[in-house]
Amino acid sequence: MSSRDDKVPKIMKQGRVAPWLYVAPALIVMSFFIVYPMVSTVLLSFRNADSTLPATAACIAGEPCWGIFENYRYALTSPIMLTAFRNNLLWILLMVSGTVAMGLLIAVLADRVRYERFAKAIIFLPMAISFVGAGVIWKFMYDYGSGKIQIGLLNAILKTVGVSAVSWLTQPGINNLALILVGIWMWTGFSMTILAAALRGVPTEIVEAARVDGATEWHVFWRIIVPVIMPTIAVVITTMVINVLKIFDIVYVMTGGNYGTEVIANRMYVEMYNSFQSGRATAIAVVLILVIIPAMIYNIRRFQEQEAIR
Amino acid sequence: MNTVNKINRFLAGLPTHVVVIAVCLLWLLPAFGLLVTSLRPFQDINDTGWWTVLSAPKGMADYTASCAACHGDDGKLIATADLTDPELIGKYPRSLQLMAMLRKEIDGKPHMEDMPAPEAQQAADIANYLRRISNIENPPRFTASNYVDALVGYRGTTTYAKDCAAGAQSLDLKCNIRDLLNPRGMGRAFLNTLAVALPATVLPILFAAFAAYAFSWLHFRGRMALFAVLVGLQVVPLQMTLVPISRIYAQVGLNGTFLGVWLFHTGFGLPYAIYLMRNFLGSLPRDLFESAYLDGASHWTAFHRLALPLSVPAIASLGIFQFLWVWNDLLVALVFLGGKNPVLTYQISNMVTSLGAGWHLLTAAAFISMLLPMIVFFSLQRFFVRGLLAGSVKG
Repeated sequence: MSSRDDKVPKIMKQGRVAPWLYVAPALIVMSFFIVYPMVSTVLLSFRNADSTLPATAACIAGEPCWGIFENYRYALTSPIMLTAFRNNLLWILLMVSGTVAMGLLIAVLADRVRYERFAKAIIFLPMAISFVGAGVIWKFMYDYGSGKIQIGLLNAILKTVGVSAVSWLTQPGINNLALILVGIWMWTGFSMTILAAALRGVPTEIVEAARVDGATEWHVFWRIIVPVIMPTIAVVITTMVINVLKIFDIVYVMTGGNYGTEVIANRMYVEMYNSFQSGRATAIAVVLILVIIPAMIYNIRRFQEQEAIR
Repeated sequence: MNTVNKINRFLAGLPTHVVVIAVCLLWLLPAFGLLVTSLRPFQDINDTGWWTVLSAPKGMADYTASCAACHGDDGKLIATADLTDPELIGKYPRSLQLMAMLRKEIDGKPHMEDMPAPEAQQAADIANYLRRISNIENPPRFTASNYVDALVGYRGTTTYAKDCAAGAQSLDLKCNIRDLLNPRGMGRAFLNTLAVALPATVLPILFAAFAAYAFSWLHFRGRMALFAVLVGLQVVPLQMTLVPISRIYAQVGLNGTFLGVWLFHTGFGLPYAIYLMRNFLGSLPRDLFESAYLDGASHWTAFHRLALPLSVPAIASLGIFQFLWVWNDLLVALVFLGGKNPVLTYQISNMVTSLGAGWHLLTAAAFISMLLPMIVFFSLQRFFVRGLLAGSVKG
């Protein structure tokens, strides 16, 4: 038998070349489409708008300049990027907590009803549709009629209770929340599914024993269930943080990043394909991956821990 | 005692039911509104909210308040002023004409006698209602014409069917089956999306199956390290690669081609695909492969006669995941396909941002784009959830 960390049966050992024939196609495609462009993007972020000169060339005499890091000055200090950072932070705080809280609520409660599968399918359904489709659905919910008639449900409700209509998508302070709500609607199903699977792994004996000892459901939930599924909650949070950092479609479709709703990923697209500022666009991309790298390392660590106990 | 227990248990469970059902209804409501709207005639969509679709027609209440006393509920009570007569009603298409009529005297007495005349908005609604009961303009509550218009890319002011019947269609429409391929329409976009999504699903799975087999059952140097890198690559944002790839594509002429998008999706789908396939293949019993090898099977035989057939569940999960991912993607389509071969998401985002299309087209288009994902989701939900649980961080 082979050693513990080498699960390949000894008898199946093969030549040196054969394994690479199996891996090579995938490796080549990935190197070309992921690894090479990453390196190239980093290099381009130190060049000017059309990559013909070093980024220093974009400096204007008498104005602040970070030399070769000029694009990063834009990516890190320009007002629009600061707005994007602030919004992405807001997205992370609200969308991650929102999806985890809602997901956990449904996962716990749906467990106790007979139509569990049906209820979960409904919550999960938005996961199957596109951000663009969801954008249309919610743009219609948020519709703001300037006249007397409100065909958007939210404003119609406001009108019936006697409050004046709100322009949900253009009013600063509200519009970001309106967009994040769409994200929560879409992604709650994800955290619900993962958390529901973890809940099934909570040992029933412990829960039953606590109930016999007179613990309330509230206590059982916070003192037993939550600690047991904490590792899964951490996984959901990491995944959601990564997803939120990359959020693009919702903002692109619903507000185009206008009215103070800019986010990092949308800004990167605008810089590249509307303003043709490839230096700035790539610098923003590099900033984005720098923010994601901790999550990447966390994922690799977790994977290695799992492998160790396999 | 038993009944009391039952009632108690029911009451204890009641809050749970209320919360679950309420959340489910809230979740369904926005999509339901979209579906209802997409099935309403476009005249109605901007006049009344979708939730009023089953209530009395607009203007009926105002008519009852102001006119029914003399003209009757059905408008036929006065023979000389039969309000269901199109000839008569045709003279008062708008509130202005109707108001003028109401101010005229009849037999020397005020038209409305001692009743207060309606306000302009009410008069407009009444005129609307009169056109409805006189059958001048009586759109049905529900219609499929929005879907037809969206599919063929109709952008006129009536409907595709009406324009074609009158021979007044715009130049890019032929009024035959070929209109489904109109570049502006969702029909063409649907086919384009299929053309993108199918190969972009099959290719990465194929490549991933080979690699995953090697990562689980073949031994080579750096296997674990390489796999750890792969785990890391799963979360690399698309944004990191767009600029260099679009430059290369521009040089070799792959911009706007299906091939370019297939390859890009393959590259980006692979890390997750290999990860999922390897987790599945690696958990198959080792005896299986050992005995196959003892029986004289080569690695190639073990791969395509043993590993591949056994990993059908994993391939199903992966296939659904990748298919929906590609189907729903906007960014890659926007950058590498653009308007040359527009896909569904691209068309819809264009319709939203350029404001060229009203809600009737937009809602129908959105629903067309969701149809296939929903069918896939409901028929194969099991596999979808399994793929998700296998640990997904993608994009």
